[in-house]
Amino acid sequence: MSETRRFFLQQTAKLFFAINFIIPRLAWGKWPQQFFAEGSLEQTVKRLFNDAEFIDTNKINIQLPRVAENGAIVPIKIKSSLENIEKIYILIEKNPVPLAAEFQLSPEVAIDLSARLKMAESCQVIVVASSGDKLYRNQRFVKVTVGGCGG
Amino acid sequence: MSSIRIRSKLSGNKVQIRILIAHPMENGRNRDPETEKLIPAHFIQELVLSHNDQPVIQASLGGSISKNPFFTFVLKNARAGDKITVSWIDNQGISDTRDHFIKPI
Repeated sequence: MSETRRFFLQQTAKLFFAINFIIPRLAWGKWPQQFFAEGSLEQTVKRLFNDAEFIDTNKINIQLPRVAENGAIVPIKIKSSLENIEKIYILIEKNPVPLAAEFQLSPEVAIDLSARLKMAESCQVIVVASSGDKLYRNQRFVKVTVGGCGG
Repeated sequence: MSSIRIRSKLSGNKVQIRILIAHPMENGRNRDPETEKLIPAHFIQELVLSHNDQPVIQASLGGSISKNPFFTFVLKNARAGDKITVSWIDNQGISDTRDHFIKPI
């Protein structure tokens, strides 16, 4: 009798294991909390890239308004002629959480994307694109007339 | 009704995808103007765009993305009829997903 019970327990354990770990779900849960921590831009950059060198380039084309009347909606457009970009980071210098977004792109995605940002105050918006072990960077200053970390 | 609206515009073999998501994107630092209490953080953390069931864009987002986020992306090799799926999950565990089929020109 205990044999069947052992069998039953083993099978239940296997099933539990399969449901939780083997059967693939959408790959959620990779949100990198440490990169979205509050802090200064320097701290965030250090967490993200360690002390890696940046290559400043105007091959990353950033379109942002020079003056944002409403910091709650600041449209950003990013285009680039650089090849093999794997990741794009958008950083806002003076926001409490400097990292706004990290995009992981497969090769079939063109570097031509846009989003809308919230900006607390006038500051630099920095875009970093990674390709292999190289980090390309470009930035734009945006003057914010009404701060908009509010919704 | 789904929180996600997807539009696509095909030109040649490139397609521009526009995504609008209804979401408060609260970063947790705003106060309710009436009660003066902090509004708890509620923002989308991950966004995935799949092209014919293959994830091609995986984005991690923070509270610095505007309320009702709007994104556009361009895919290089797309055809009419291709399936685009957009999914998101927020910091409260709420998620949504929507399929879209690229229309012919």
